[in-house]
Amino acid sequence: MGFSFIPFIFFTALWAVVGIVLPFVVPKGPNRGIFQLVLMLTAATCWIFWLCCYMAQMNPLIGPKLSNRTLMLMAKNWGGKIPN
Amino acid sequence: MGSLFRSEEMTLCQLFLQSEAAYACVSELGELGLVQFRDLNPDVNAFQRKFVNEVRRCDEMERKLRYLEKEIKKDNIPMTDTGENPEAPQPREMIDLEATFEKLENELREVNMNAESLKRNFLELTEVKHILRKTQVFFDEAAQGSLVSYPQMADPSREEEQVQLLGEEGMRAGGQAALKLGFVAGVILRERIPAFERMLWRACRGNVFLRQAEIETPLEDPATGDEVYKSVFIIFFQGDQLKTRVRKICEGFRASLYPCRETPADRREMAMSVMTRIEDLNTVLGQTQDHRHRVLVAAAKNIKSWFIKVRKIKAIYHTLNLFNLDVTQKCLIAECWVPVLDMESIQLALRRGTERSGSSVPPILNRMDTFEEPPTYNRTNKFTKAFQALVDAYGVANYREVNPAPYAIITFPFLFAVMFGDLGHGLIMFLFALYMVLKEKPLQAKKTDNEIWNIFFGGRYCLLLMGMFSMYTGIIYNDVFSKSLNVFGSHWSSVYDMNYLMRNKDATIDPKDAYSSTPYPVGVDPVWQFASNKIVFLNAFKMKVSIILGVAQMLFGVILSLWNYRYFGKRLDIYLLFIPQIIFLCFLFLYMVLLMFIKWVSYEATATDERLLPTCAPSILITFINMVLFKPAEPSGNCDPYMYGGQGGLQKLLVVVALLCVPWMLLAKPLYIMRNQRKAHLPLNNHVNAVEENGGAAHADLESGVQNAAPAQQPAHKPAGGHDEEDLQEIFIHSGIHTIEYVLGSVSHTASYLRLWALSLAHAQLSEVLWSMVMRMGLQREGWFGGVAVFLMFAFWAVLTVSILVLMEGLSAFLHTLRLHWVEFQSKFYSGAGYTFSPFAFEVILEQAASSNDD
Repeated sequence: MGFSFIPFIFFTALWAVVGIVLPFVVPKGPNRGIFQLVLMLTAATCWIFWLCCYMAQMNPLIGPKLSNRTLMLMAKNWGGKIPN
Repeated sequence: MGSLFRSEEMTLCQLFLQSEAAYACVSELGELGLVQFRDLNPDVNAFQRKFVNEVRRCDEMERKLRYLEKEIKKDNIPMTDTGENPEAPQPREMIDLEATFEKLENELREVNMNAESLKRNFLELTEVKHILRKTQVFFDEAAQGSLVSYPQMADPSREEEQVQLLGEEGMRAGGQAALKLGFVAGVILRERIPAFERMLWRACRGNVFLRQAEIETPLEDPATGDEVYKSVFIIFFQGDQLKTRVRKICEGFRASLYPCRETPADRREMAMSVMTRIEDLNTVLGQTQDHRHRVLVAAAKNIKSWFIKVRKIKAIYHTLNLFNLDVTQKCLIAECWVPVLDMESIQLALRRGTERSGSSVPPILNRMDTFEEPPTYNRTNKFTKAFQALVDAYGVANYREVNPAPYAIITFPFLFAVMFGDLGHGLIMFLFALYMVLKEKPLQAKKTDNEIWNIFFGGRYCLLLMGMFSMYTGIIYNDVFSKSLNVFGSHWSSVYDMNYLMRNKDATIDPKDAYSSTPYPVGVDPVWQFASNKIVFLNAFKMKVSIILGVAQMLFGVILSLWNYRYFGKRLDIYLLFIPQIIFLCFLFLYMVLLMFIKWVSYEATATDERLLPTCAPSILITFINMVLFKPAEPSGNCDPYMYGGQGGLQKLLVVVALLCVPWMLLAKPLYIMRNQRKAHLPLNNHVNAVEENGGAAHADLESGVQNAAPAQQPAHKPAGGHDEEDLQEIFIHSGIHTIEYVLGSVSHTASYLRLWALSLAHAQLSEVLWSMVMRMGLQREGWFGGVAVFLMFAFWAVLTVSILVLMEGLSAFLHTLRLHWVEFQSKFYSGAGYTFSPFAFEVILEQAASSNDD
């Protein structure tokens, strides 16, 4: 399983803070409910969107089809190995 | 309470106002703007109401003010708008105001009249001046050469009208014809000249001689103030008969005739006197204008506040006209809708009003019980207003129904951003909205009629969120103007050696060895941006995301309907509608979403089990279709058509249960109501008293059945027989429609969410095309010319980016988001058949009056 804990934990924690912790510290006032809802929905939508993107790439079924030029540049700049 | 989740709790109140205090109290309530009065005399026409006289006086004052305003605008005097909001004046002050306006209007009218007559005078004199000047030319010309042309017209008998223009020799030469040659001179509008000339020729059979000359400078028409071009003419004729005829024609053509002396000396003298008179007139005219200007400047300072005062008075009397008079004539009775939370401040306002009027008896505010549906009042602020407006554009919520607006605050910008996802375009939108938000006050003060700007400005907070979410989704899609950011380093690498690359033009890199086994942490891996099979990968991802988000939002909508049922105490609907609905949606569509996640997790390129290799990954769509059609999946090769053990059996079970939900939704509720009614009617035959209770219960059930609470004016127990059957039929039909709508809707709405994928694909492709077709052309040139090319191409690209990708694509994504909210989301729980609370508020009235005035 192509799954790395650090980014997953990091993003889940980030949106958990926004969606679960922050709603508790919203100052009291007439708009408290709206603020809480806004925070929770933001966290939920943003997290699920990130998660879908992450999971869709965890186990790629196809690889990118690249031109040889791009591949050479990739090897040169992104540190790929070129056997000879 | 008091939040946006449901509309405010309202109550109908009866208000007793002492006659003397009524005006002040209503004025205070108008400032407060929280009370909606009901018309208690709906069948009394506007002319028979109590305060019709006062309203008429206000109308008259308003007319005078409009006249003043028109005059002020005509003189281009700036009207000072201090932004102050004067209170509605006391009724007794109305007389003062009236007197002031009357005086001003009379003064102005007089000044205008004087100015007009002076101007007319001035015009006449100027025309005379021109006549004298131009005719002098004619006469001079004639003195030299006309005798040659018209010798036969000369008159030898030397009458006193004998004209100089023919000269001595001329008279002598044409001696035989005894002619009396007269002339008239005048001024006529230039465009009438040709017709005038023709008419003269025809009517006088060519026996007149017309000369004309154009006055170069335009003259001002005193009545309209327009500049008109005129011509001077002089007509020579012979005999009295012709003279009258000529005069008549002149009159018919609205030519102004002026007496003109015959002798040059007289004319010169006349010209002199005209000149001095013109000068005198000019000074008088200047003084009149000065006076008018002073009056108008003084009025311009106050006119805005006068307008506000008069409009307030008028609004108060209009409201008082809605009230009922008590039998003793000492008390006015009003009925009004009031938000329960604001009862206190309304009481306070009433007390203030009483104090102001000096009355001793406090007004009485009584809550009343009513069966009427109260108005829907959502208290919004500048942030939530735009979202509430988006919802209200579809339909105003029923009283205390779950309001979709607070959820739309986030879901709307989010779904928009899924379609509009691009960091660059999102940033442009965000910055534009940020500018409007930061410059809110000055921009608000600058009122414009530009509708498009007003729409943008009204939705600035919505735009701000849309921009922010677009930036986030842009990061996830890894799209900045169709380019990618490689922040964390791609998790793909090139594994081919030089030789291979030299021989092959392109190559697909295999996830088995070129992929680092963990995904790019945030968003799509930048390598895909270069890939020629990028769309294959992105389509698979975006389609799945669309369905996942869609099913989530629809589920959310159905769950919101639960809050409605619970709030309105419709327990029956929870069991007979909500549960089958949610089962249907979960067992079919949420299951499909689950399959997507399973597919993401379980199939991989490095799998040791060959049934889990990418080549064996089944299509979710085909799986789902087979599932619904009860078709057994066919294995191909070594692959297992199922993703997990027991999938086939579980799927059959899910579909069967989901299908069982359809008759549940369709029949359970009508059958339940029918049974209850039978029960209610059974005792009817035996004992009448028993009906009272059970009939009431049945009626309560009926009410919940017919969605909108039936008006309570209906008799408590229904007449038996044919009427019942009709009702039942209606319930069956209603339930049928509702079920069909829901079942078909679930399918079509799920498919409808694919627009998220389609639009985001279109947006990404369009921005890529724009880059490769425009921007790249600029970047490919070399040398100094390259610099120029980049400069020009960038301008072109930037214009197209903003106009097409941000504005047009933004609009289309906005509309699709709106549709997703109105149709796909709100149809699950929202009936939107209420009516808005429109309180009596001076603020609203003044705004309306001001905007209608501008038109």
